[in-house]
Amino acid sequence: MELAAQVTDLQKHYDLGSVVVKALRGVTIDFPKGDFVAIMGSSGSGKSTLLNLLGALDRPTFGEYTIGGIPVSSISDDDLSAIRNEMIGFIFQSYNLIPQYTVVENIEVPLHYRKGYPPISNEDKQHIEHLAETVGLGDRLDHRPYQLSGGQQQRVAIARALVNDPQIILADEPTGNLDSATEAEIMGMLLKLNAEGRTIIMVTHEDEVAKLAKRQIFMKDGVVAGEGIFPGKAHA
Amino acid sequence: MSPEKEFFREKPMPNLLRTIQLAMKSLLLHKLRSGLTMLGIVFGVFSVIAMLAIGRGASEQAQAQVLKLGATNIIIRSDKPPKESAVNSGGGSVLRYGLLRKDFALLEKTVPTVSQAIPIREMNKAARHKDREVTARIVGCTADYTGINDLHMAQGRFLSDEDRQQKKNICVLASGTADELFQYENPVGQSVKIADRYYSIVGVTMPRQASAAIGGSMSGQNYDLDIYIPLETMRVRMGDLNIDRSTGSFSAEYWELSQITLRVTSQDLVLQTANVIRETMKQNHKSDGDYSIVVPLELLKQAEQIRVIFNVVLGSIAAISLLVGGIGIMNIMLATVTERTREIGIRRALGAKRHDITVQFLTETVVLAGTGGLIGIGLGLATPLAFALIRAVVQRLNVAGGQSASEFSQMFAEMNPTPVPASLPLAFFISVGIGVMFGMYPALAAAKLDPIEALRHE
Repeated sequence: MELAAQVTDLQKHYDLGSVVVKALRGVTIDFPKGDFVAIMGSSGSGKSTLLNLLGALDRPTFGEYTIGGIPVSSISDDDLSAIRNEMIGFIFQSYNLIPQYTVVENIEVPLHYRKGYPPISNEDKQHIEHLAETVGLGDRLDHRPYQLSGGQQQRVAIARALVNDPQIILADEPTGNLDSATEAEIMGMLLKLNAEGRTIIMVTHEDEVAKLAKRQIFMKDGVVAGEGIFPGKAHA
Repeated sequence: MSPEKEFFREKPMPNLLRTIQLAMKSLLLHKLRSGLTMLGIVFGVFSVIAMLAIGRGASEQAQAQVLKLGATNIIIRSDKPPKESAVNSGGGSVLRYGLLRKDFALLEKTVPTVSQAIPIREMNKAARHKDREVTARIVGCTADYTGINDLHMAQGRFLSDEDRQQKKNICVLASGTADELFQYENPVGQSVKIADRYYSIVGVTMPRQASAAIGGSMSGQNYDLDIYIPLETMRVRMGDLNIDRSTGSFSAEYWELSQITLRVTSQDLVLQTANVIRETMKQNHKSDGDYSIVVPLELLKQAEQIRVIFNVVLGSIAAISLLVGGIGIMNIMLATVTERTREIGIRRALGAKRHDITVQFLTETVVLAGTGGLIGIGLGLATPLAFALIRAVVQRLNVAGGQSASEFSQMFAEMNPTPVPASLPLAFFISVGIGVMFGMYPALAAAKLDPIEALRHE
């Protein structure tokens, strides 16, 4: 079984001066290629810290993390940026689009930081338009985020996450700000991406959403407490 | 090659053009803010260029005037002696002006580096032709006068040595005098009446530009209303005593020569020769209160020094203005970084390196400062036009409002700003440099933000 990512005994400590907070106390998870994992847990359980580490936004205090076979635990800040750019697509709860940019420009942003800084080619432009059409925004290319609904903004974010064709999609409560109809739409898209072979790691505290994933990991106090859905536990 | 090595190969610079486009876009989002932020640089650069242009225009004019006096010339002028030295006689007094014919003879004989020495004597007298009268400057001079003053003939001939020796009653008119007295007639061959004697006209000179002020006088010398007569003729016909009886009693001025112009053989010797002349003049004069020595070359050097001081002062003012402008830019950029913390977090999450963020914000600052610089340069280049406009307006007001504004308009007429070519790229690079200097800290602060913190920022 080929692994998209793997964490081994991952620990993250925050030194706050007087106390050291151990947000992760040794997490070991394998993420096979094509997996769809929901990470659940109450706030303070360490799930956000884990997601930040998986997203190469941060480095662990101890432990190993490999993504696509590359060990990421102790590489330079610039190299972490390159990993984020090429191997990971982010989807956030609050969409995180750049407000002054149009749909097309927002989808384009990761392309600006590609290795070697190649200029945006016509192919790239076609690719962006194609992605926008795929997420159902083909007729809103010149709209800015404030002209779009929450669901539409999240779809722009999905298109943006896909623009560099990453192996892993990291979704941080992707439906947290959406109504249930839109939630279903977005989840449908993620399922479709997963069906196309992409690995998806999603943080959520909604059982309904987590149920759609192939696998559920429940975290508590900085460790993996178990796999499966524990009704009601994630809300605590 | 291992997969990691392959993955992290070299990282070239971000595409500069795209970065600049991006910066422009961000700046255009807040047009008013960007415009106001630029103002400090705009005015700083504008003042540098305008002031240098005005300074250069003024100094060029001063130089031209000084050079009119001749860089190899040394000019000795009679000064009005102090009142207490006047010899009282009866109801009036006689003022003795300084330069004497024996000074001239002495200088001509003893100073070896002088190639030419030209004495002149001036007095203002009424000159008449038929019913027209003009108060002219009567200049007693020699044949060499034209050469040393770059004076050209429009008509006829100038005075010759023969005229001088024979003390002929002839004269040459300056163009202005000729126009005044003989409006549409040809003056050559006719005569003018000066102090009860007639002088026949042998020539008319071309117009001549006014020269720089010499001696103690503040205004430049105007040569328009001159009448040139042989020096010896003047001495014989008019005498050395100029008596003014207009005020009940009388006052008289005793005056042998009003000016001696000495031409030095080469420019290198001018300053030394000037010192020799100063010493020589002391032989015939106990005090130096009744004459003054003007060395145009010295004036030129003084003007140069003044210009340097002027530039230093202006440079400091401009530097302060640019500094203030730079601080203004830094302030706004720091606020912008805070305002766009979230955007920075998003970009970092999507793969921007710290370096990319630094470049992005630094480029914004540099584009802002550089644009300010370009606008400032544009305004600076427009300074001569602005002066021309002011001149035109003032002139029109003058026509409408009489003489009241004439001094003001004269001031503008004499100022002719000339932009200094070297100041344009210099000003541009200084403004870009300010962008880099004051943009570096906000840009580094932006890059230093932790991506996770930045993403959480509201």
